[in-house]
Amino acid sequence: MSDGTTTPAVRETGDEPQRAVAIPGTTAAPTLFANPGLPEHVHRMADTDVRAAKRAERQVATLFVISMIGTLVFLVSYFAVDARTSVYLPGIGKTELQHALLGAGLGAGLFFIGIGAVHWAKTLMPDVEVIEERHDLRSSDEDRAGALAILREGNEGSGLARRPLIKLTMGGALGLFGLPFVLALRDLGPLPGDSKSHTVWKANTRLVTDVESAPILASDVTIGSVYHVMPEGIDELDHRLEERAKAAVLLIRLNPDDIVSAKERSWGYQGIVAYSKICTHVGCPVGLYEQTTHHLLCPCHQSTFDVTQDCKVIFGPAARNLPQLMITVDTDGYLIAKSDFSESVGPSFPERGSR
Amino acid sequence: MTALAARRRHPLALLVLIAFGLLATGALYAALAPKPAAAAAASEDDVAAGKKLFLGNCATCHGLNAQGSPTTKFEGVPGPSLIGVGAASVDFQVGTGRMPLAAPGPQAPQGPVNYTEKQIAQLAAYVASLAPGPAIPAENVTGEGGDIAKGGAIFRVNCAMCHNFAGAGGALTRGKYAPAIADISGSRIYSAMLTGPQAMPVFNDANISPENKNDVIAFINTSQDESKAGGAALGNLGPVTEGLFAWVVGIGALIGCAVWLGAKAA
Repeated sequence: MSDGTTTPAVRETGDEPQRAVAIPGTTAAPTLFANPGLPEHVHRMADTDVRAAKRAERQVATLFVISMIGTLVFLVSYFAVDARTSVYLPGIGKTELQHALLGAGLGAGLFFIGIGAVHWAKTLMPDVEVIEERHDLRSSDEDRAGALAILREGNEGSGLARRPLIKLTMGGALGLFGLPFVLALRDLGPLPGDSKSHTVWKANTRLVTDVESAPILASDVTIGSVYHVMPEGIDELDHRLEERAKAAVLLIRLNPDDIVSAKERSWGYQGIVAYSKICTHVGCPVGLYEQTTHHLLCPCHQSTFDVTQDCKVIFGPAARNLPQLMITVDTDGYLIAKSDFSESVGPSFPERGSR
Repeated sequence: MTALAARRRHPLALLVLIAFGLLATGALYAALAPKPAAAAAASEDDVAAGKKLFLGNCATCHGLNAQGSPTTKFEGVPGPSLIGVGAASVDFQVGTGRMPLAAPGPQAPQGPVNYTEKQIAQLAAYVASLAPGPAIPAENVTGEGGDIAKGGAIFRVNCAMCHNFAGAGGALTRGKYAPAIADISGSRIYSAMLTGPQAMPVFNDANISPENKNDVIAFINTSQDESKAGGAALGNLGPVTEGLFAWVVGIGALIGCAVWLGAKAA
């Protein structure tokens, strides 16, 4: 290759007509096009110059050596660098040294194998144009007859036709073996029943703050305040995460005069209203409350609810108002629920509203 | 020493000793006794000076008696009533340069502070004299000694949805936004929770206790110093900047490689 004497396999450019186009309505000789053939092959520097080829060879070797170094950096830093050592890297800031070295090492290890191989192929491997004709897809008649004979011989040898007992039991075993996989589909269930339509909220459940679980005095909820609320005792339940995901509530106090909806005012307590925090679109926690506009914004798809209008959807993909929790106060002045939500919280599901 | 020792039984020695003891106690008391909180000592003069400042600079939007102005006056942006917002609100809004507002808009941005500390205190004294409201937190809140884990839990439930999981801030509706809180001092964050400035709701001491507020500030401070395990944080803005980086730099690099692959060697 490196002696630069390769003859390129350019197809002969013939003068023979390759395609003929008949002129309609005449019997005149068809117009002829000459096959333009392939453009002349241009030799690369490495094909013609031995020193250039040597240089390309060294370049490829260097790229592979860099890859080796990268992989070694990965191997060494995996064992030698402490996982908790931090280092300041420009453009990134304080980061973990081991992570950075593992990533850079592995990245360089793979990347330089790739560009080494490509550089090798582009500079040194043969780049002549080659034409490979398709061969016939059909096998020869002898091969086809031979294949059939093998099948027949196998059938004779196994004796399936003569020994029906084996045939039947094998069929039974294979068929039965499929059953476990069908049975496993049962684990997709059981159906949720009405669990999606109810939360742990019930009459006289105290509203408590999320995280601290402190009961809430109605007098402490000042106008403009937002409390992120859970039902009391939810963390002692067996399926606490599932229950929290349904029961989360946002407690807001507005000036009662600002509330437009009469139902909203009567279900709240002196301007304190409690709404499900689970978006009716796909169930994200709706938590972004703007005190000035009384808008409640969902961070996932920007559904916006107007808290003064019973959390009506005023923007975005949500389909329904947020469900309101009916609240009042107990004898000590703490906020309690009057009942569970009157409708299913969260996004739509097929059985919604049927229970 | 011998002269002193010789006179220690002098009849006047006891008197001198008692006088010395009294003097030392008095001096120590004067030096160490807790001073009454400065906020409580807002004098009539301060209130009067504050009112003068208020009438000159704030009354255009907030009304001559701080009663607020109707929504229709400034492109739908009301000058809210300042009755009952307390000294802490004034200290926060004016002390961070958010007020006075250069022009009405969806949000008052943080800016250069236009008043001296004394003027801010006078304005605060005036607004506090209108109706009771949250007072300026007496001591500097730094988050020191806070429970970082609990602060993180409270932050994720109450703050992260607007201010971003890393405190990098985020967009709200119609041009409003929750500002980044990463480099804000603990006292300012404390005041913001206490007063609920602008679109932010109020988190009073019954909602998040002063101790828990300190925990939240401790968490914010700690999270800023943490080593970034995932490499460049790209502003901690999540999929927006990460996606931009991946599409521009990542796909760009891939296209570059593809172009190089297809190019003929010289």
